[in-house]
Amino acid sequence: MGATKIVTEASFAEDVLMSDKPVLVDFWAEWCGPCKMIAPILEEIAANNEGITIVKLNVDENPALSAQYGITSIPTMNVFKGGEVVKSIIGAKPKAALLADLAPYL
Amino acid sequence: MSDVRNVIIIGSGPAGYTAAIYAARAQLNPILFEGSVTAGGALMNTTEVENFPGFTDGIMGPALMENIRAQADRFGAEIITDDIVSAELTGDIKTVVDGNGNTYQAKSVILAMGSGYRELGLDSEKRLSGHGVSWCATCDGFFFREQDIAVVGGGDSALEEATFLTRFAKSVTLIVRRDELRASKIMQERALSNEKITIAWNSIPEEILGDAKVSGIKLRDRITDEVRELAITGLFVAIGHDPRSELVKGQVELDDEGYVKVMDRTTATNIPGVFACGDLVDHTYRQAITAAGSGCSAALDAERWLAASE
Ligand SMILES: Cc1cc2nc3c(=O)[nH]c(=O)nc-3n(C[C@H](O)[C@H](O)[C@H](O)COP(=O)(O)OP(=O)(O)OC[C@H]3O[C@@H](n4cnc5c(N)ncnc54)[C@H](O)[C@@H]3O)c2cc1C
Repeated sequence: MGATKIVTEASFAEDVLMSDKPVLVDFWAEWCGPCKMIAPILEEIAANNEGITIVKLNVDENPALSAQYGITSIPTMNVFKGGEVVKSIIGAKPKAALLADLAPYL
Repeated sequence: MSDVRNVIIIGSGPAGYTAAIYAARAQLNPILFEGSVTAGGALMNTTEVENFPGFTDGIMGPALMENIRAQADRFGAEIITDDIVSAELTGDIKTVVDGNGNTYQAKSVILAMGSGYRELGLDSEKRLSGHGVSWCATCDGFFFREQDIAVVGGGDSALEEATFLTRFAKSVTLIVRRDELRASKIMQERALSNEKITIAWNSIPEEILGDAKVSGIKLRDRITDEVRELAITGLFVAIGHDPRSELVKGQVELDDEGYVKVMDRTTATNIPGVFACGDLVDHTYRQAITAAGSGCSAALDAERWLAASE
């Protein structure tokens, strides 16, 4: 809740591909422990950084997009810029490590 | 930097959280570091826990850990969601530093860092990690619907993963080093009776194949030395765990495999005031209930030690 936004296959083009800002897409699912661990960290990063939009895509409900981006492991966090994936972070990480990975886009 | 506490607990699996319940109830005002992303420990990566007493119909691993944490919280344990990155344990006053550079001090420390999964040690493994190579069947199994995949390992967790993965996969090959399984009878029966599971005996992974994602694996036969290729799109590694004792190496006495050594029937380490529990010390049992049990022992040992050294 709060700082991150939910996207779906229907809203993906507009919310992610056509966004002016870089967008981090968190591919996640209800049954994934590490996804739950990372969720509050992403909320914090979203709340404190204007430069990037953080959105969540549920892989259960949006299987076609997950397949299209070759997701085989979650959490996967892909950064999109101008419609392209410019960075892919796989697996849960401490906040400091995530911030370091995301530094160019914040 | 602030006051000197009674007890600092490092780690957040069943062992650490249980130690916190006991220490908090004993009014020791404990502070527990649960890790910045791995809070909750190994059971966060599993589904149903069927053998933790008190839950007649089983309980989901993450739910169990949330409960134990909430119980520690109820008695006033202070829980910090960060990693301890360094520790100075040898003096009368122990000092630890967290990932944000904050320093904390206490008269006693309970080590409950658990264990981390073991890797195969192949170059291709790192490169393809997250692109078909995985350590978490419950997280990633979903993505291998109707595909041919493999699990490496012959212990309980390997068989459990293989069985779980048959929900999604077309076939699961279990890659086993020897000509027998280490797993318990019940897990063996479950796996061997599953039509989707085949076992590749005496097989040693030599290389994982694939450029951008996994396309197969090269296996060497331990007896004939023959090398063959198995076409798979996913590989789950379940070859065991190593204790996370790196933090205290050189101060606390470890055995050859890196487990913290404790004195018979207690949780006392070689350093007065430093106690250890859970998978960090346990070669043998490595269960949630035994980890929780030894977390309880560690809190009681620390309580007695503090009382005696007043
Ligand atoms: C897939 C899987 C399924 C399992 N299923 C079962 C089952 O059904 N029943 C059962 O009884 N057992 C099961 N187990 C075994 C059980 O999970 C372990 O025995 C138990 O979790 C060990 O508890 P622990 O507290 O010692 O350590 P862990 O659970 O490993 O927790 C330790 C935690 O401490 C934290 N930590 C580590 N280092 C630091 C640091 N420097 N600073 C701060 N925090 C730190 C981390 O968050 C780490 O995760 C399973 C294990 C796995 C991997």
